[in-house]
Amino acid sequence: MSAGRARAVRLLLPLGAPLLAVLLALAAGALFILAIGEHPVEIYGLMLSQSLGTGYGLGQTLFKATPLIFTGLAVALGFRCGLFNIGVEGQLYLGGFAAALAGLAMKSAPPLIALPVALAAAALAGGAWGAIPGVLKARFGAHEVINSIMLNFIAMALVSYAGHGLFQHATVRTAEIAPAAALPRLDALAPALRGSPANAALGLAVLVALAVGVLLFRTRLGYELRAVGWNAPAAEYGGVSIGRTQALALALSGAVAGLGGCNFVLGYKHWFELGFSGGVGFLGIAVALLGRNHPIGVIVAALFFGALSYGGLVINQRVPRELVEVLQALVILLAIGSQQVLERVARRMQA
Amino acid sequence: MSVLLFLAAALRISVPYTFAAVGASLSERGGVINIGIEGIMLNSALAYTLGAYATGNPWVGVGAAVLAGVLTALLHAVVTVGLKADQITSGLGINLLAAGLTKFVLLQVFHSSSNSSRVVGLPDLPVGALSRLPAIGAVLAQPMVVLALLVTLGAQWLVFRSVFGLRLRAMGERPEAGAALGLSVAGYRTRGVLLSGALAGLAGAWLASEQHCFTDGITGGRGYIAIAAMIVGKWSPFGAALACLLFGAAEALQITLQGSAFPNELLQMLPYLVTMLALAGFIGRSVAPRAIGIPYDAEQNA
Repeated sequence: MSAGRARAVRLLLPLGAPLLAVLLALAAGALFILAIGEHPVEIYGLMLSQSLGTGYGLGQTLFKATPLIFTGLAVALGFRCGLFNIGVEGQLYLGGFAAALAGLAMKSAPPLIALPVALAAAALAGGAWGAIPGVLKARFGAHEVINSIMLNFIAMALVSYAGHGLFQHATVRTAEIAPAAALPRLDALAPALRGSPANAALGLAVLVALAVGVLLFRTRLGYELRAVGWNAPAAEYGGVSIGRTQALALALSGAVAGLGGCNFVLGYKHWFELGFSGGVGFLGIAVALLGRNHPIGVIVAALFFGALSYGGLVINQRVPRELVEVLQALVILLAIGSQQVLERVARRMQA
Repeated sequence: MSVLLFLAAALRISVPYTFAAVGASLSERGGVINIGIEGIMLNSALAYTLGAYATGNPWVGVGAAVLAGVLTALLHAVVTVGLKADQITSGLGINLLAAGLTKFVLLQVFHSSSNSSRVVGLPDLPVGALSRLPAIGAVLAQPMVVLALLVTLGAQWLVFRSVFGLRLRAMGERPEAGAALGLSVAGYRTRGVLLSGALAGLAGAWLASEQHCFTDGITGGRGYIAIAAMIVGKWSPFGAALACLLFGAAEALQITLQGSAFPNELLQMLPYLVTMLALAGFIGRSVAPRAIGIPYDAEQNA
């Protein structure tokens, strides 16, 4: 085959698998919709128009996409270093808890101090939690996947324990944080989003995406991180410490995840609530997969999943919103499956 | 007496863990990580409920649960063994899929987002004089308790004493060696995954049978604890079952101490902490099969 076609295959491959996965998942979802006697085109149309077509819907989509940008970036950072951070859920959860504690403590601080401190608390808590499996991997070679799953559960139990003396009477939430520690809503800037919970955490997410991009592709640490992920023995031969780089990658990944907790705690409810994370950490894996571990890809994929999440709420009267959970899961399975199939096809075409 | 009651509770609680952990060891010995156990159990618990609801016969429910377990595991096998995609990601995808799917079906069939209608549970076995034993007798009369014991013994024999087990372990340690003997790596790995699905299916059936209904999220992370138990048990069915008993005892202790001053959450963490210590090598070394998690690509090994 021609060199031109070979190049086209190489260029299209990264886009092909995610798109194929989304299309196949939507097709499978259409079968579910048909099975309960509804019209797929109408339902999907409703989801699209309500989640992107109105200012309020767009705000909701942005709000739902915000934590997914953080968790997608966190997972992508790990993947780039050859590590699977399944602990993003727990890191985000602890980050949100730490942000709330900081926000509660700073009753008299001005916003210029209160907000950065609350954000730093979230990043530190998430980062520390992410560093644990990193250090265990570096020191003992213990598998980071199992350890981070265990740490997810431990984080939940720890927070429940710590919450006993903290939660409002007969609730599972804290008191409200100091207003100075809150992230402003976006509708103050963009009136079109009025009423939606989209907040400045979105801007922070985009900044963090930028920072992750610079780190990965423009700094020495990022290079080392990717070198360890690509070929660890070769990186070590080149003078990179595998253990140190892996531990650092997971700590950074955890810090990004921890910041993700601020969307809900500092930007929306202004309190910490048990179980607030609700699976956004696990969805981050889907976001990273679909976004091909690239910051821009992660933002696009997070917006897609955000629209899907809000779209699910819109159609709930006609089709159970659990349809969206099924779609999200199918996207994951189809993305990794179609990636393998397309790579094999590409290899065969180039052979 | 209260010691016996405690032991009975520990035994009872460890049943679903044992099925799932022993199952997971079969999948992982063949080289396929199966984090999807949680989702498989969830699907199977719903299948038990649907089967028992439709026919009124709990054994039909068990059959449906095993079938659902095998089918869900088949999806994992197709993605990881057939398409050679990442095993951990596939397992997570299956868990998310099962969470959404079971809620969807629950709403459609039982018009509730929280629980199904009441269904029959499994009847006690006629164990004669055994059933008169204090506390323990009632547990020993449970068919699933007996089955869990048999499954553990059978799996231990299968893995370490049978030709199939020898070959299965080869696929988890050095698949290229198995392939050189003319054995199908994909075939053995798939069978390992399907067996784990069938056993996780029994775990799901037990949960729904115990509660006499399906509730949303009925598994509550038990699949992950089962995988932790398998690791603490060093990837052997016996070891896994023992770890399940230990974790079951920790949970029984939580129930015993409920309402006391002792913080329950700290006991909740115990299985997870033990697993992390085991992985770090503080409780003997837990070493995974060598080729675990790595798809076998005949083209690259040719």
